[in-house]
Amino acid sequence: MPFAQSPSAVPVIVDDAKCIAEKGCRVCIDVCPLDVLRLSDLTGKAYMAYDECWYCMPCEADCPTGAVKVNIPYLLK
Amino acid sequence: MTSPSFDTIVDGLSEVDCDVLVIGGGTAGPMAALKAKQKNPKAKVILLEKANVKRSGAISMGMDGLNNAVIPGYATPEQYTKEITIANDGIVDQKAVLKYARNCYGIIEELDSFGIRFQKNENGDFDVKKVHHIGTYVLPMPNGETVKKALYRQLRRAQMLISNRYMATRLLTGASGRIAGAIAVNTRTAEFLVIKAKAVILCMGAAGRLGLPTSGYMFGTYENAANSGDGYAMAYHAGAKLANLECFQINPLIKDYNGPACAYVAGPFGAYTANNEGKRFIECDYWSGQMMLEFFNELQSGKGPVFLKLNHLHSDTVGEIETILHTVERPTRGLFHEGRKTDYRKDMVEMHISEIGFCSGHSASGVYVDDFARTTIPGLYAAGDMASVPHNYMLGAFTNGAVAGEDAAEFALNHDFEAFDAADVKLEQARVLAPTKREDGIPPNQIEFKTRRLVNDYFQPPKVTRKFELGQARLAEVREDMENTMVVKNAHELMRSLEATSILDCAEMAAHASLYRTESRWGLYHLRTDYPEKDNENWFCHTLLSKQDGRMTSEKKAVEDYVVPVADEEKDLYAKQRIRASA
Ligand SMILES: Cc1cc2nc3c(=O)[nH]c(=O)nc-3n(C[C@H](O)[C@H](O)[C@H](O)COP(=O)(O)OP(=O)(O)OC[C@H]3O[C@@H](n4cnc5c(N)ncnc54)[C@H](O)[C@@H]3O)c2cc1C
Ligand code: SF4
Ligand code: SF4
Repeated sequence: MPFAQSPSAVPVIVDDAKCIAEKGCRVCIDVCPLDVLRLSDLTGKAYMAYDECWYCMPCEADCPTGAVKVNIPYLLK
Repeated sequence: MTSPSFDTIVDGLSEVDCDVLVIGGGTAGPMAALKAKQKNPKAKVILLEKANVKRSGAISMGMDGLNNAVIPGYATPEQYTKEITIANDGIVDQKAVLKYARNCYGIIEELDSFGIRFQKNENGDFDVKKVHHIGTYVLPMPNGETVKKALYRQLRRAQMLISNRYMATRLLTGASGRIAGAIAVNTRTAEFLVIKAKAVILCMGAAGRLGLPTSGYMFGTYENAANSGDGYAMAYHAGAKLANLECFQINPLIKDYNGPACAYVAGPFGAYTANNEGKRFIECDYWSGQMMLEFFNELQSGKGPVFLKLNHLHSDTVGEIETILHTVERPTRGLFHEGRKTDYRKDMVEMHISEIGFCSGHSASGVYVDDFARTTIPGLYAAGDMASVPHNYMLGAFTNGAVAGEDAAEFALNHDFEAFDAADVKLEQARVLAPTKREDGIPPNQIEFKTRRLVNDYFQPPKVTRKFELGQARLAEVREDMENTMVVKNAHELMRSLEATSILDCAEMAAHASLYRTESRWGLYHLRTDYPEKDNENWFCHTLLSKQDGRMTSEKKAVEDYVVPVADEEKDLYAKQRIRASA
């Protein structure tokens, strides 16, 4: 069976200008209970790779530079 | 876009051993691990967690208060035990509840020594609030957002061995039936870890991803969505008995947001649950099956939606409530209301009835344990939301986690490693990796979505026998697809595929247990249209579900003699929730 790519807007946004992943920071990726954040090959910054978020906020609360913003997932907004 | 080091499936297996293995590092788990270590400082204790202990579990962002604190001067252990017995329609082995009630004050003092503060009044006494129908047990936590940090500090201090990002998938038992260890899979590499252990404590939380939230968002659950019922599934496959699974967890939640509103916080300030006329219709906002039934009846009567009403309160009071609700537990509540322009000062908050789950923290569906947190498998313990002690909540997770940790440490002292069959590990590896060997098929998210959609369509109470049978038939088809065609591309998806298997196992258990009990009990939690009455003559008992000779089986178990008597006129106090004027 071929797979379709169905797009979905992810609720968690990382401000690339503030993210200091290049200095080795992985805090948000480390703490996320659903393990949905990853490091982008393209930008070297953290981003939401999987649309499986519990909108719980540890990523935002623990980011040392305030780069992460959690929004309410569109489907339940 | 994902970097290659992440999520690529790696072939590998390592083996470690320990005296006590604790699985799940949310609430009960850290306490169990600490207590095991305290009991025997020489013991090797491993805390295994699917996520990261720093921020895992229901209390990931902290909690606003203790829902069931038995504080001298406010309540006695006997009163509490009686209230929980009544709230749970009599089906309670009181010894475990009474033990909790006696131990929990000591745990509060211990949490206090960890730096977690509990609200005091001007006299310096604990400022306990009344939310339950009869007694007074709710204790606010002014710095509740720090709970996880405080626990983590203690784990660091004890130099606890922590294995994050390992998802346990199956338990290992020996020929004698004793526990031998567990198998886990790394959620980012798919490498296997076999942990030999003399005792194992399951602290893997509720089965929170069973029903599908009405928003359709699979991770928009009440429970931390990492709690996919793996503990229930593992206990089942190991041959442990699970109690009263038909006593579902169903919660009154903010519609769509699917988090608590939260009446336990707002209630003591004067907020209450109201119908569309803004009127109260229930006496008490404590969550019970009977309360949920009145909620359901109100919706059916045309007086819905149901709301949490705060707009009659003083603006400063509302401000105080907002500060609590929007900073701890589910802090995105504020953002959600903002998005809908809901102002507590002006608007009532629309509520709804959640999808179903298993949970003893809130209800009474869990792996059967006695008052030492022992399951029916020697050396295997369970604590927290997944263990059968009813209405346990956070303090129950801590307190019974402590009981489990101490008893498990002792068990490990008196027993050697139990041998297991190496073939069991091979079989489990084959089961886990099967979806990675396929080129083509159905991805886990579709298997999971369909399972959970069927759970909603067929198993959400009121329970109708014919619907349950149809649901079982549809789930059998999903199982066939899952076992033969599920396909995954990376290690992250592999975790989701394993969760999908747990969810389907739980769905089948929910149906089996519900059909077995041919009566109605626990209000909405087990409301059967074909058997609408409570039948104490035949069903004043626990039901235990287990796997016997490979098949799902249910049996009755007598309720232990009460140690705290309940008078006849008290027995259905929880069934009398409806406010007379509006009835
Ligand atoms: C939104 C919300 C609000 C609540 N409010 C209150 C309140 O105000 N007061 C109160 O007293 N109680 C409250 N409760 C209840 C209380 O939080 C829970 O009863 C308690 O925290 C449960 O603890 P636990 O250890 O059983 O589960 P959790 O703390 O959820 O821990 C379970 C852990 O197991 C891990 N896990 C799951 N599967 C696996 C696996 N396969 N392998 C390894 N690890 C795994 C999870 O990642 C998680 O860390 C609330 C619960 C929720 C969800
Ligand atoms: S925690 Fe903040 S700074 Fe660190 S990787 Fe994440 S977004 Fe970047
Ligand atoms: S809100 Fe929670 S689940 Fe979502 S990305 Fe942040 S930590 Fe992960």
